[in-house]
Amino acid sequence: MFQRLNGPQTLGNGRGFWIGALAVFAVAVAFPAVADPYDVGNFAYFLIWIFMALGLCLMWGYGGMLSFGQTFFFGLGGYGYGVIEINIGAAHGGSLAALVLAVSVAALAAAILGYFMIYGRIGGVFFGIVTLSTTLALAAFVGQTAGPEWTVGTARLNGFNGMQGMSSLQLPWFGRDIDLEESALYYFLLVLLAATYVGLRLLVNSRFGNVLVAIREDPQRAELLGYDVRRYQLVTFVIGSLLAGLSGALYTAWGQFITPSSIGLPAAAMPIVWVAFAGRSDLTATFVGTFVLLFAFQTITIYSEQSALVLMGLLLVATVLFAPRGLMVGVGQSLARYSARRGG
Amino acid sequence: MAALLEIRALSRTFGGLFAVSDVDLDVNPGEIHCLIGPNGAGKSTLFKLVMGTYTPTHGSIRFDGEDITQMTPFRRVNLGMSIKMQAPSVFRALPVWQNVHIALQRRVPRRLLAAEEGRLLDLLGLTAEAARPAGELSHGQQQWLEIGMALALQPKLLLLDEPTAGLSPEETFRTGELVKRLAQAGMTVMVVEHDMDFVRQIATRVTVLHLGKIFAEGSVEAIVADPAVAEIYLGTPHANADS
Repeated sequence: MFQRLNGPQTLGNGRGFWIGALAVFAVAVAFPAVADPYDVGNFAYFLIWIFMALGLCLMWGYGGMLSFGQTFFFGLGGYGYGVIEINIGAAHGGSLAALVLAVSVAALAAAILGYFMIYGRIGGVFFGIVTLSTTLALAAFVGQTAGPEWTVGTARLNGFNGMQGMSSLQLPWFGRDIDLEESALYYFLLVLLAATYVGLRLLVNSRFGNVLVAIREDPQRAELLGYDVRRYQLVTFVIGSLLAGLSGALYTAWGQFITPSSIGLPAAAMPIVWVAFAGRSDLTATFVGTFVLLFAFQTITIYSEQSALVLMGLLLVATVLFAPRGLMVGVGQSLARYSARRGG
Repeated sequence: MAALLEIRALSRTFGGLFAVSDVDLDVNPGEIHCLIGPNGAGKSTLFKLVMGTYTPTHGSIRFDGEDITQMTPFRRVNLGMSIKMQAPSVFRALPVWQNVHIALQRRVPRRLLAAEEGRLLDLLGLTAEAARPAGELSHGQQQWLEIGMALALQPKLLLLDEPTAGLSPEETFRTGELVKRLAQAGMTVMVVEHDMDFVRQIATRVTVLHLGKIFAEGSVEAIVADPAVAEIYLGTPHANADS
């Protein structure tokens, strides 16, 4: 099992790396005991976005498919959670069912959209254009649902005023449900994210992952080795998009609120910035880089939201110009070289 | 004996131009069938039609008793075909060992994979280069790596499009010996080649293509002695160039 976590598709394969990773995890577990609840809630908020960044990393960095559609699936997951939760209620595992169903909706949409793109041989830049158009279409649609006629069951979409009234996640427990807020939500997200990270490491270092990077390098050669290239691409697209749906559903559950601006153009650019900056070719780099950026972005936003956006743009340009493989990947590779020299 | 590959009335046009025109060809089990012809004769196009990267305008292809005319390339591979293409195409950014690994992993169970990988790298003479990105290998080494990846699938029919392009005479000879060993072990091989010495070294049967059509077919000796074949090569001073 441990061996299968490691391989050529990931940086950080040694014992030193995993000891470090466990240490970071331990610090994260201890964090709520020492930090104030506001910061814990904030960190939980950061963790929510990392799912969709990891999904994009899988599709783009490993599979060579640049999708601008992460926010589309985020929106489906987010609105999906709201609509379903409001209609079925949170009790007796209702909100968890809403989470699972919302993510399933996103996965199903990804399977349909992905099928038509991938089997219709839409590749390269057109893949980006189609996914971006889909995102903008959803944002435009939800934006015009302000009227009272736009309801699904008892859930009102409410246009740009935002949908509200859904409850947070409730974990069914013996006798009494646990309300997943503050520390409880933080732990829930931490465990879910750690499991996702480990699962993706297993995936990219498996036979599937080998084929995936082969397809990224040369799809024709991969097909001529007997691999059903388009099926691999479709599965990858569904997994990557599903993680965006998960981010969306968790986001709505976290804030009990979602608006179309979570789906629009500036939102759609963010995952690309995070993953490009961090280094799309590696899951760990994406994880760490996304967290750092979210933290920095929020810190700057406190002073000025405009300058935070401009800074993100500059960062993307600088990354493309000076570190096209991503800053965190560069740091990771330097660390790997350093530890190799030390004989570690 | 039933042919392993049966090509019937096969044509492919590109904007009205016949690249391959009404070709009938049988490739029998165990033979090394060389396809020669001047530039633009349609040799590579014919290979692509057999492999499925092009679809024919007309005609049919059967492989091992099955009609594969409309089949996608990866299904043909899974029936027992594999190809080394004309331009070396390896996974350039990936290490050499991983190239081999990806080619092997479909067929070889996990516990045997490392051993098979080592054996194949050894056969290719690439053990010392295993950790380097495949794109950093010399042209000849990349050719060998790609042949090795095609072999890793243990195909019934191996297609080699100009396997000796860019190789030294010594490497060319070694490639020929490898192909002969494979055929003795029961593999059927189809080769597109310009180097007539190489064709003499390996071919059990030769087909000459000219302007998309079959021009002549027979043993190496018969083809070399055929004055009409010599004639179509005249006026093409760069017989070693690309087709």
